[in-house]
Amino acid sequence: MSTNLSASALIFFAIATAGCARKPATIVSLHPTAYGSALVETSGGKQMGATGTMLAQPLVAQVNDDQGAGVAGALVEFHGPFGISFEPSAALTDASGQATTNVTLGGMAARYQLTATTRCKAQKEVALNVVEVALGYQQELGYQLGETYCARCHNPESSAERVSNYDNLQVKPHTFTDGTTLNKMTDAELTSIIDHGGVALNKSALMPPYGYTLDKSQTQALVAYLRLVSDPPYQAPGMVYAQK
Amino acid sequence: MQPSRNRLVSEWQKLFGNPIRAFGVVSLLLVIVLAIAPAKNYFSESRHYQKQYLALIHVRSDANTLQRHFHPDIQQIWLPEVGAVDRCTTCHQGLKEASLADVTTQPFRRHPVIPHSAEQFGCVLCHRGQGAATTVAEAHNSALAREEPVLPARYMQSSCGQCHHTALVGTPQLNTGRTMLARNGCVHCHTARLPDGSTMTATDNPPSLIHVADKTTRDWIYAWLKDPLAYAVSATMPNFNLSDEDARDISAFLISNSTPAAGDAAPVVAASSKTPSDPVAGPSLYGESFCSSCHAIQNAAGNVVGGDIGPELTHIGNKVKPEWLQVWLGNPRIYDSNTPMPHYRFTSQQIALLGGFLQAKSDSSLLANVHLEAATAGQIAHGKTLVTDYGCASCHEIRGVKKPDNFGPELSRIGSKQLAELVFLPGMTHTLPDYIAGKIRQPRAFGSGLKMPQYTFTPTQIGALTTALLSYTDRSHNLPAALALPSLPTSNYRPAGNPGRLMEELACQSCHRINGRGGDMAPDLTMEGSSVQRAWLNDFLKNPNTLRPSLIRRMPRFNLTDGERAELTDYMMTAYQSPTIDRDSMPLSGYSAPLVEQGKQLFYSKYACQSCHIIDSNVDKGYIGPTLTQVGSRLNAAWIYAWMKNPQALRSDTVQPNFNMSDEDARALTAFLMSLRGTTRLEAKR
Repeated sequence: MSTNLSASALIFFAIATAGCARKPATIVSLHPTAYGSALVETSGGKQMGATGTMLAQPLVAQVNDDQGAGVAGALVEFHGPFGISFEPSAALTDASGQATTNVTLGGMAARYQLTATTRCKAQKEVALNVVEVALGYQQELGYQLGETYCARCHNPESSAERVSNYDNLQVKPHTFTDGTTLNKMTDAELTSIIDHGGVALNKSALMPPYGYTLDKSQTQALVAYLRLVSDPPYQAPGMVYAQK
Repeated sequence: MQPSRNRLVSEWQKLFGNPIRAFGVVSLLLVIVLAIAPAKNYFSESRHYQKQYLALIHVRSDANTLQRHFHPDIQQIWLPEVGAVDRCTTCHQGLKEASLADVTTQPFRRHPVIPHSAEQFGCVLCHRGQGAATTVAEAHNSALAREEPVLPARYMQSSCGQCHHTALVGTPQLNTGRTMLARNGCVHCHTARLPDGSTMTATDNPPSLIHVADKTTRDWIYAWLKDPLAYAVSATMPNFNLSDEDARDISAFLISNSTPAAGDAAPVVAASSKTPSDPVAGPSLYGESFCSSCHAIQNAAGNVVGGDIGPELTHIGNKVKPEWLQVWLGNPRIYDSNTPMPHYRFTSQQIALLGGFLQAKSDSSLLANVHLEAATAGQIAHGKTLVTDYGCASCHEIRGVKKPDNFGPELSRIGSKQLAELVFLPGMTHTLPDYIAGKIRQPRAFGSGLKMPQYTFTPTQIGALTTALLSYTDRSHNLPAALALPSLPTSNYRPAGNPGRLMEELACQSCHRINGRGGDMAPDLTMEGSSVQRAWLNDFLKNPNTLRPSLIRRMPRFNLTDGERAELTDYMMTAYQSPTIDRDSMPLSGYSAPLVEQGKQLFYSKYACQSCHIIDSNVDKGYIGPTLTQVGSRLNAAWIYAWMKNPQALRSDTVQPNFNMSDEDARALTAFLMSLRGTTRLEAKR
């Protein structure tokens, strides 16, 4: 009875937490033919995706030697918190020294810290940390609304499709990832600024009020999204209390 | 035989020989039998998880509150109208506990915030699985008979799509998938009947092949059939993996089957193939005409730049015949009466210039290896058989080949397809989402003789398509009336009469939406007559200058005659009016100076409109809204006033917030804006 129970519990955890019934990755032992001394991120960090989905871009890490040149044939292993899966979870670097993996996010809306590791000649482990963000329904809604109503001013980056208005504003808006400023504000303060404009908190009048355009759940979604992408990460006051 | 029988008899005697002993034994058996049910309950999985949950909340600071919310025994949400009996909350005890936000282990996680409550919708409506089951394996994994396993989180948005047929802001994956089903032509071959009874229609526009020999050569068709991506990296036509012989025969059939189009025989300009391409004037005419709003060209860096309404033009010179291109640029409707391309009214010089520029866009290596001999009758006949077999006429109009009905399997209820009906590949996970995704990724891998061609979708696109397909379930077709939501509004509005014919010719609705039909690249014109002033509209059609500084896609100039412009202006001013705004209810000028001054103050201080709009191009820089330097000679005062009061009521997708403005402020701002007639621009010039 109990073995049956724990077996089914295991299956359950695999499904409910990885978000997806997938067969366990076949473990093929890889043997490194070379060793580097440093591990750097080439691309694929700081991406956002819906919970449980595969990120649009693969995570690429490069193993370098002492001169900063790529090392081919080094073994890079990828690790992540519960729920994250990699395809593949370990890879040998290619001719340019890069190892590539596809990341599938976990089922919880959160910031996931992933780690890539390789070993140097002295068998000492070299690690690289990368953060990826999984958006739940609420944060995804906030992101979409933010792209429509906010990003033109709050995101200084321009693309061909969307020219940023950031440089045209006398008082510069805070980017959504600006945790140093935004983390100090409470949810009520952020909601108030979104609803009533910058003047509500004696801030710039260039920020217009959206309280008559967005409904309450949409404003909450925007705040939830802001909290998730902020850097340094936002810590809800209640959680700190609970941990103590 | 005898000894064992003797032993049985003696055992029987031992247990039941004495009435008192028999009574004791029977009582004991009864107790054991009665204990089975409580024991099963005691050792059940759900109690095991409930004990774990109690241990988890016991150490938390809000243990008392959580304890009070805890319910022992089996919990059930019963929704008779949806047919849901969900006992998921028996183990998933913490779904509604906001303070469990940091718990990552299941089944104790808090449910993420969504717009629906479990009391109203239950669990399996979105998550699938067996709601009535109380063991982990049965509830989550069962695929027995008609039972569905739990839906993986990555396809969760498909559940929203069971009831919601219009695009939701929070479900981009589902929206993309649905757009792709129509845009990539899936529904040409596969019928998708929607729950409202309508059938999904394709939004791509595969060219008719009736006159294809006028347009291109057999060599190009051959090369295209072999590998569409070699010609254009953004090609939407999939690869049918044809053999050299099959591509040869299909190209032979298509060319021999083509008939000349009525106007193609007489080119507008003669012998244009010799026109040398002008290195400056050609590209500049291409730019001025805003061809790139609809057509893309791959640049030296390999990026495809431009719109995707028309085909990519990177190697157009390899494809089209010069004389055909002349006729096409002169008037595309001669060749294809339904094309989304506008009739530009180019002069013959411009046609020669643009034709030369486009003809030079070619790659000499593309057709270098194509050497086709003259087609035999047998090859042509075989080509026709292949065209019928592969269902080419599902997408393309081909003379003598009927469009097949239901060429591919119907997709109307594919989200409820039984696993027993599917054939999986070896090594594949046996779930419906994996099957659908695998089929889209490599359609031909599932057996020999399959006809579905190879697409080149990214994993993200495959995920989006799978999400969209999973939303077409039995349940989506059988929703109770109380849960039914409005279906996607459809409109086949076409403007009427002579002005209507002119607007069709200019393909206004390729970019502008009018009365629910049309593209989304340019502003909706449904209420344009209430919005703008007649003189401005007439001038704009003569020389459309952009209102928004940051737009890269703009309205082209069509070289309209004065008569045509007057006809169009009259029609738009009359037919496209708002039901609520009377454009003559407020005067265009004559506002008092103090009111104008008050409006200016409000503009710059209280409402800080300069963050998005430009009034004085020396001072203001706002890029987001239209430039307002001359708004007083563009818009009607009544429109501005209504816009100030509630912009979303006039254009639901505008990003301008509703300021909940008082009547007084709205009137002052209207007065100020109506006073802006371009004077600042003149001053700036001086």
